[in-house]
Amino acid sequence: MMQANALYTADVAIVGGGIVGTAALYQLSQYRLRLALVEKNYEVGWGATKANSGIVHGGFHDDPSTWKGKLCIRGNQRYPELCEKLDVTFRQNGILMVALSEDDLPVLNKYLERGKANGVPGISIISRDEALELEPNLTPDIVAALYSPEGGVINPFEMAIAFAEVAQANGAAIFTDTEVTGLKREGELIHVETDKGVIAARFVINAAGLWSDEIARLAGDDYFTITPRKGEEYLTDKRAGNLVHRTIFPTPSPTSKGILAIPTAEGNLMIGPTALELPDKAALDTTEAGFREIVTSVKRLVPKIDSRDIITSFVGLRAASNRGDFIIEPSPRFPGLIHAAGIESPGLTAAPAIAEVLTQIMADAGLDLIPNPSARDTRPQVPHFHELSNEERAQLIAQDPRFGRVVCRCETVTEAEIVDAIKRGARTVDGVKFRTRAGMGRCQGGFCQPLIIGILARELGVDPTDITKRGPGTKILVSPLNKGMVESGAEMVANSGKEGQA
Amino acid sequence: MTQSPLKIDVLVIGGGPAGLAAALAAKKQGAQKVAVIERNHELGGILQQCIHNGFGLHRFQEELSGPEYAARFIHQIEGSDIDVYLNTMVISLSKDRTVTAVSPTHGLLTCQAGAIILAMGCRERTRGAINIPGYRPAGVFTAGAAQRFMNIEGYLPGKDVVILGSGDIGLIMARRFTLEGAKVHAVVEILPYAAGLTRNVAQCLDDFSIPLHLSSTVVGIEGKDRVEAVTIAQVDNSRRPIPGTEQTIKCDTLLLSVGLIPENELSREAEVPLDPMTSGPQVNELRETAVSGVFACGNVLHVHDLVDYVSDEAEIAGTAAAEFAQDQLPGKSAAISIRPGSGIRYALPQTIEHNQPFDLYLRVVEPVENAVIQIGDRQIRHRKVKPSEMLKIPIKAKDLESWQGRQEIIVELKTAEQGRKKEAASR
Amino acid sequence: MNEQVITKTCIVCPVGCELSIQLGADGQCQEVTGHRCPRGQAYAIAEITDPRRVLTSTVAVAGSEHRLLPVRTKEAIPKDMLFAAIQELQKVLVKAPVHVGDVVIEDLLGTGIPVIASRDVKSA
Repeated sequence: MMQANALYTADVAIVGGGIVGTAALYQLSQYRLRLALVEKNYEVGWGATKANSGIVHGGFHDDPSTWKGKLCIRGNQRYPELCEKLDVTFRQNGILMVALSEDDLPVLNKYLERGKANGVPGISIISRDEALELEPNLTPDIVAALYSPEGGVINPFEMAIAFAEVAQANGAAIFTDTEVTGLKREGELIHVETDKGVIAARFVINAAGLWSDEIARLAGDDYFTITPRKGEEYLTDKRAGNLVHRTIFPTPSPTSKGILAIPTAEGNLMIGPTALELPDKAALDTTEAGFREIVTSVKRLVPKIDSRDIITSFVGLRAASNRGDFIIEPSPRFPGLIHAAGIESPGLTAAPAIAEVLTQIMADAGLDLIPNPSARDTRPQVPHFHELSNEERAQLIAQDPRFGRVVCRCETVTEAEIVDAIKRGARTVDGVKFRTRAGMGRCQGGFCQPLIIGILARELGVDPTDITKRGPGTKILVSPLNKGMVESGAEMVANSGKEGQA
Repeated sequence: MTQSPLKIDVLVIGGGPAGLAAALAAKKQGAQKVAVIERNHELGGILQQCIHNGFGLHRFQEELSGPEYAARFIHQIEGSDIDVYLNTMVISLSKDRTVTAVSPTHGLLTCQAGAIILAMGCRERTRGAINIPGYRPAGVFTAGAAQRFMNIEGYLPGKDVVILGSGDIGLIMARRFTLEGAKVHAVVEILPYAAGLTRNVAQCLDDFSIPLHLSSTVVGIEGKDRVEAVTIAQVDNSRRPIPGTEQTIKCDTLLLSVGLIPENELSREAEVPLDPMTSGPQVNELRETAVSGVFACGNVLHVHDLVDYVSDEAEIAGTAAAEFAQDQLPGKSAAISIRPGSGIRYALPQTIEHNQPFDLYLRVVEPVENAVIQIGDRQIRHRKVKPSEMLKIPIKAKDLESWQGRQEIIVELKTAEQGRKKEAASR
Repeated sequence: MNEQVITKTCIVCPVGCELSIQLGADGQCQEVTGHRCPRGQAYAIAEITDPRRVLTSTVAVAGSEHRLLPVRTKEAIPKDMLFAAIQELQKVLVKAPVHVGDVVIEDLLGTGIPVIASRDVKSA
């Protein structure tokens, strides 16, 4: 990815490379527009997107008069096609909201009505027996359930990466590891000042997630605030991934949709999230209390979930605004700046629809949308060795022997896939992990991390000590041992690669 | 593209210490075509990174390093007509003993085996598995991963180290880090006693004055990018941290040596029944699993503390697998199951089906002095037993005779006191 | 000097016997108890007079796919020389091929004890 050392000019600059920013970038890249995206992290999708539950919501949770209600159902309808075009796994597994007592029945009815008003297809209330037939591992204590068959799950960071990759192929410039420090009006243009240089653009989209209130303040907008709502998530071994097939919701609380059991797109089970409002925008630490809350709550829905099957955990900070709804609107005082703020749940689901609204707002303000015939809206297929048939596997290995070298044994990820991820922009161990799943399995990289560092160093032409987990400050290795070899000038051979082709 | 399956008499999955000894034993027992499939680029398994000494005392009456121990077997394999598939990963295993593997040189490989020996070893428990709260910075390694970084890749992964878990790998790595110029600030163990061998506490910690904090654990990790400190706390009898005992240690690295888990994903795929206590297959005394013709040995079966016993066990499995493949395995007698009773974590084999003398392997739950192991009616005295030290008890023809007609033998641990009472009562 | 009892864990084998070493007024070992084999007794005496350890580490290797060659001292070396010995190993560069048992350093720091290769390393 490029560095913005000097002035870069664009029609539209997007601040924030999460799911909203990348979805907008992808959509806009279909037109003859010069685009730039600025992301503070080392890669796109590494903020709240990375720790998202991955649910493509059914569209029954929110009132139809809200952005959330309107855009959730629209986004839900767009995902199957988007995933097809962008080669992202979409698992339309359906959603069950479970009532555990008679008192919950009116709640199910409320969401049924809401779902109908929002136009959610196929939504219905099913009996206890019907629910248990669909999901035999649900608690026998259930009374009834709301069933939304068109809900699904995707891999949220894979989606953001896919959006960014296609936009980039269409000519959009992505500046990662770049932090916005100021917004200035300069005649017809807005100057987006960053720690790496200035981007001058006609329109600026504020999709800065947790920091969107701070970006707004740079333009003098102080009419909304963002409070992080912390959510811990725990991921199980794939062995436990089939305990439930549909995403299981309790009836919601005022601040969150509750603690869920979510079969992931890749076949794990994710349990969580907690919902804790707190002022610290960097509190990405899991807690003992969060762990206990999640395990206790989720076992009420699916008693067979066993905390011993947990292989990893993480934290996402949802960008909750003081408005309670998404804030998608032009700045009232800074012409050309459009806010896409407060995008908490169902933000992932709504993202493609948010991108449409943002595009329309700019069109209304005079942005010419001329389709670019050479732009593409599909992503070249990304090889996923573990998903292939044996015939396809044999063919791939014959074409490229690196497909025959399994680097990550837990997720069956081959060297060829890792090299491909690096060619597509991965520069860190996490970058490889989020693109290929290498290191995401039950051993959590214990076996493959040394191999991946070797491959990264070889492909990027750097020393293994320069390889980081996720960018500056996150080095993994301190120094080489046995300097004898360095002084003698003997050639250093990364342990990977060579033997594969021998 | 797909070729007709390769016919192999005895196919060994894994070229570590168990796989090597099993393959050699199978060959020695007359199996014609024996093959070893190994995912790494060389044989030897985890021994190649265990460069410390202490291997082979039982078997070779010498103290060898891990690679030296492996070399003894690798040289024999090289001198035999056993086929070795390196850089080859088994991606599926079915009940009918069909194996699919991939490798850069052989492409997609399908084998039909007369007998299969599971020898895939184990993996380390991770931070996620033990749920240490806190941030997710760089600098948290399993002890084995750190060992590989240092001993194979040749890089120091940290300079100021705290080690959680006093298993043998953790203790060995405390010494290795220290010798290579890093400072090991503490080894923290949740149990009230060291989990590894006593001699490793002596020669890896005491020799270098590295503090061992017993009945303590890590309750927090600080540092958003790289580890900056860990917080440790004492734990109560139910292993819960005691508030007010927290202590923060500045460091850049946290090493986890918190247990090993047999790698039985392939076994599950082949529907091999597992023992929840060992996390490995249930086997009879010949190390045959409940799936006909599928044998298991080494750390995939149960986690061993001494490689010498891995080799012994692998030879049992290799010999029996060769017999099975040649249709020479003796018929089974009425099965007797061996069940761990009080004080015993597990006993292996789980069933007796061949009525021949064998060695019973077992582990106790807690350290006990003046222990009596009761196996059926027989009592065996031990001055000291510890969970970290696997006990090997020869079961003789005489025992088997006395067990005739029984369906279950219970193995129990008693103190000498309880043992005597029982004796008195039975008199 | 007063008479004194020192306890040590024997490291000769995995049994790990708890040794009690009775020291005389002259600081010499008078009696060893707790050992279960003669090697334990010899270890106990050596711990008082001349404590030694086998050192295992790595040296650089060139001309192979391996970066490092694991090595060990053929016999135990004086315990207080461990860190100095590590410094010596830092300087060494071995050329592949190497065979297990090959001598890497003939006489480590004047101890008369060689450092030997702990595995085979083939040439690339």
